[in-house]
Amino acid sequence: MNGRHRHLLFLLTFIAFGAWSCEREERGFRVKTPDANRVQTIQLSTLQPGAASPTPVLVNEYEHNALALSQGKQLFQQMNCVGCHANGGGGIGPALMDAKWIYGAQPEQIFATVTQGRPNGMPAFGGKLADYQVWQLAAYVRSMSGNVPKDAAPGRNDDMQIKEPENSKDREKPENSTLPKSAEGPQ
Amino acid sequence: MKKTGNFNRKILGMLAALASFIFAPACRLNDKQSALESAGIQADRLESLWWLFFYVCAVVYVIVMIVLLAAILKTRKVTEQAAPDVKPDERGERTAANIIKGAVAITVITLFVLMLSSFRTGSAINDLQNSPEPLSLKITGSQFWWNVTYVDTVPSNNIQTANELHLPVGRPVKVELTSTDVIHSFWMPNIHGKKDLVPNYPTTFYFRPDTVGTYTGQCAEFCGYQHAKMRFNVVVETEDQFESWMAAQRQTPPPPSDPLLQKGQQIFLTSTCVTCHAIQGTPANGQVGPNLTHVAGRPFIAAGSLPNTDENLRSWITDPQKIKPGIKMPMNTFSDEDLNALVAYIESLK
Amino acid sequence: MADKGLDKKQSAILTVENLEQERIELEKTWANPTGFFGQLTSVDHKVIGLRTIITAFIFFAMAGVLALFMRLQLMRPENDILGPDLYNQFFTTHGTAMMFLFAVPVMEGMGIYLVPLMVGTRNVAFPRMNACGYYIYLFAGILLFSALFLNIGPDMGWFAYVPLSGPEYGVGKRVDLWSQMVSLTEIAALIGAVEIIVTVLKQKAPGMSLNRIPLFVWAMVVTSFMIIFAMPAVMLASSLLSMDRLTNVSTHFFNHAEGGDPILWQHLFWFFGHPEVYIIFIPATGFVSAIITTFARRKTFGYTALVLTMIATGFIGFGVWVHHMFATPLPQLGQSIFTASSMLIVIPNGVQIFCWLATLWMGKWNLKTPLIFVLGFFAIFVMGGLTGVMLASVPLDLQLHDTFFVVAHFHYVLIGGAVFPIFGAIYYWFPKFYGRMLNEAAGTINFVLLFVGFNLVFFPMHILGLNGMPRRVYTYIEGTNWGDLNFLATMGAFTMGIAVLVFIGNVIYSLRAGTIAGPNPWGADTLEWSTDSPPPPYNYQNIRVVQGRHAVWEMTEDAPVVTGLHTKFHEVLCTTIHDAAPEHRYQLAGPSIVPLLLAIVTSATFIGFAFTPWAIPAGMVFSAIVFFAWFWSNSTGHRPPYSPLKDNPIYVEHGRKVTEKEAVSEI
Repeated sequence: MNGRHRHLLFLLTFIAFGAWSCEREERGFRVKTPDANRVQTIQLSTLQPGAASPTPVLVNEYEHNALALSQGKQLFQQMNCVGCHANGGGGIGPALMDAKWIYGAQPEQIFATVTQGRPNGMPAFGGKLADYQVWQLAAYVRSMSGNVPKDAAPGRNDDMQIKEPENSKDREKPENSTLPKSAEGPQ
Repeated sequence: MKKTGNFNRKILGMLAALASFIFAPACRLNDKQSALESAGIQADRLESLWWLFFYVCAVVYVIVMIVLLAAILKTRKVTEQAAPDVKPDERGERTAANIIKGAVAITVITLFVLMLSSFRTGSAINDLQNSPEPLSLKITGSQFWWNVTYVDTVPSNNIQTANELHLPVGRPVKVELTSTDVIHSFWMPNIHGKKDLVPNYPTTFYFRPDTVGTYTGQCAEFCGYQHAKMRFNVVVETEDQFESWMAAQRQTPPPPSDPLLQKGQQIFLTSTCVTCHAIQGTPANGQVGPNLTHVAGRPFIAAGSLPNTDENLRSWITDPQKIKPGIKMPMNTFSDEDLNALVAYIESLK
Repeated sequence: MADKGLDKKQSAILTVENLEQERIELEKTWANPTGFFGQLTSVDHKVIGLRTIITAFIFFAMAGVLALFMRLQLMRPENDILGPDLYNQFFTTHGTAMMFLFAVPVMEGMGIYLVPLMVGTRNVAFPRMNACGYYIYLFAGILLFSALFLNIGPDMGWFAYVPLSGPEYGVGKRVDLWSQMVSLTEIAALIGAVEIIVTVLKQKAPGMSLNRIPLFVWAMVVTSFMIIFAMPAVMLASSLLSMDRLTNVSTHFFNHAEGGDPILWQHLFWFFGHPEVYIIFIPATGFVSAIITTFARRKTFGYTALVLTMIATGFIGFGVWVHHMFATPLPQLGQSIFTASSMLIVIPNGVQIFCWLATLWMGKWNLKTPLIFVLGFFAIFVMGGLTGVMLASVPLDLQLHDTFFVVAHFHYVLIGGAVFPIFGAIYYWFPKFYGRMLNEAAGTINFVLLFVGFNLVFFPMHILGLNGMPRRVYTYIEGTNWGDLNFLATMGAFTMGIAVLVFIGNVIYSLRAGTIAGPNPWGADTLEWSTDSPPPPYNYQNIRVVQGRHAVWEMTEDAPVVTGLHTKFHEVLCTTIHDAAPEHRYQLAGPSIVPLLLAIVTSATFIGFAFTPWAIPAGMVFSAIVFFAWFWSNSTGHRPPYSPLKDNPIYVEHGRKVTEKEAVSEI
């Protein structure tokens, strides 16, 4: 292999490597997030005239971004999510690190839960947290059940260890959960 | 030994003071954040120690350079063909050896003197630990601001503020330093040396400001993105001024009467501000960010890095990430009207 | 020619025909393989030494460019050339690259090249391991800079304090890649250290007893021992940090809440970090001794004192590390002990300076570029040492710690104490490396620009530190008045950049059109100057018997040489440790691709470890395979490497046969 080809190969390798790792290491302090308006238009009913429209898949880029997950973790502590959800094991509120999701495990569903609030005690943080902060929280919540790439998930925190760190958690595949009696609204 | 030690220190101290009087102005860039502009008893001692070390070391340096220069000038210049001297004259070698032994002896003595001065200064600056009834503070460092609590024996008299200290002149202060996240370092060069704030390692730190004035300090241990702008200011004032400041800080701001300010308060309580900030007398009790109860009375916002003006406050509220990228405060969108009300309300919190 | 001083008439064995025959066979046996893949297999210490030095200078230039960007950013208040994230990555990479990828490797590289030549042997003790060490170093450097270019550059400072670098606040894989790079460079450093120690202790030419080895060789031996004790501390620290952060490992070494301690990191790191700077400085003292001896045209004054001071510095250097931690909540008495030890270490350094000054005073000067750089070393390093004395005092350090005063101090001692000597050393040994002299005029310009530029950058920093400017800040506000001096510093930085460009230009020009140099253009005293420039691959055709401390100066007309070493394979003579009496023959390995393979496997293992703990078992399997290949066949063709003299005698002194018994008593 002559010199020029060698250099080209190295360059290509670097670029390929870069495309792969860039997302995780982005430190976007003023980054664009998924459009919150799209979340408001999530259907609450399965009845539709005509044929069913395809459900739009919303990807939360923050799930691949280490800084966002770390900020989400800090927000989880600072907004006192631990007060009801503990560190994922639940208490007053449901556990967040298992496979059961009452209101859906998709990023936009978690976003909706946090911003709109839910019956029986989940406050509505819409307007009290910036949209991108809620996306960070949503990404972190998904990491608590191991649903984000392990190399972006946060490590153990510098505290007493109550559970496995998020980056060591095995993936809990979300299953559809029926609403518990207590979560049903008045009939 | 102690008497001569004291005598030597006095002489050197006078020389140091004289020389610092001559040289210091050249070395002093500002008088609010400089170790050469001491406003406290410890900084004063440290400045004297600095000048002692400086002059001793300067003399040593000049001597070494003179010897080198003399060697350059006096020595015969030859080429590489010149025969090397493998068996030099014994007498010359012995003289050189004796001179070096003497130089080493002088070095050892000088180092001893410097070391003892250092130990003396060290124990002197730690003397304040024994002061009776110091003013008691608790400073907690976070990324990237300083949480300051004035601790009173009656807990309801505690004062919570941020990024600013007011201190009565001449009174010893005891500070308990800790950190909530990473290692920071509390440093006000005019008043004392620095002390690291290590998480889980509460440390007690004593100092005493002796000159009235306003000084600034800065975090001195790399702590992340905004380490550079984690500043605070220190206002040293007379006892009376200090007492009136304390009284004002303890006062809960009354509910606003002006409709614009009421609107501002409403916006504060219904938008993102309330989740992180606290204002006494309102439902806002967020502990994540600085306490804003008397923020309008502080000359700086954004942890001592932005002067507290209406214009700056507007930019800060709408886009803090542009001024201090990497902090926790999010960007906010408000309509012009709302922003005016909010800024007016905040600037009313004196 | 390499047989200077040989009395050809007396010896029956050392006839002209025999010598020519011997030379041809040596050329063939020791020849360096050519072609791209051939060059990858080379185990010649000169090739590896030069590669290390050149690679180190490339990293020096890259880290220097980072510094230029940093200075551009700090040129005026609230500048926006680099944001905080990029600035943090830049200063961390600058520090890491300078310390791990330039300063130590360039000294090791000079050592690997020069030590076998200076002690009079044909190659280092473990040639293949030497090659492996270079490749590991190269991969570590590529890892660091690739990480920087891909935005995964480390951003927590080269010292990576926890908790900022810990799992909670050190976000992403930046810290992990940094710690693996540290581990890889330290393996490379350890390899170099082992090579030098064994080569110096066992492969000295007959007659070069321990009290006759050149001062540079002493410096490298002391440095190597320091490396062996210091590097494991940082490898351990960075591995513990990796384990704290890693998926499925998540240990608690630095987690106070679970019994660990963030201050432990500081202790472990600085236990390495302080000896590290002496590891960088002591070889430079070796350069200074060599250059002063040659250019003052007299034997070094105080050889014994200089050796003892290097050893003393090596020991005391391990007892001063807490002076980096004076602001932490450690007990006052403990800190004071380190004030005492930090001041104590000044004494051996002072003795060194005095001895060199005495040599200069009593010599006759040949004022060429290497000596000019040494004069620069004096002016700058002494100032750095004195600011070090200031920082040694606990109370004074509380004002100066973590400010630009410290930045000024360590640049004075590192640039003054290591970079100026290395430039002088390059000017000095370039004729030996390449057979051509570097241009003197360009050398003087290089020196002047570097000296003036350096002082413009770093002297104002003393003042900035005293005026409250902390380190590692990406910007500062207007009201502090730090702008003017920072601007001056930036101007100085670009001057230094021009100086380095002049140097590179000088090197490139001289490689093609420099004056041809003979074996000994400077009239120097150490053994390497008795062979060709550049040396043949086998270094010396006939190993010299050394007759004094200054081998070439004290070499008599009828100086004895060693003959009888096999020329068909890579054989060297091993001698005793103290008296360098011939002891046995030893066969070294020849060119091989296996070192590169091992380096690839090792690097892949460590880089993988940044992402998953499974990299370690996988790495062990592959390493085992490569080691199998390494040890299975000697490239010596299954001949036992060790060969006692009674079976295969060597000849010393014009053909008189020497047995082992005689060997120990005669020389």
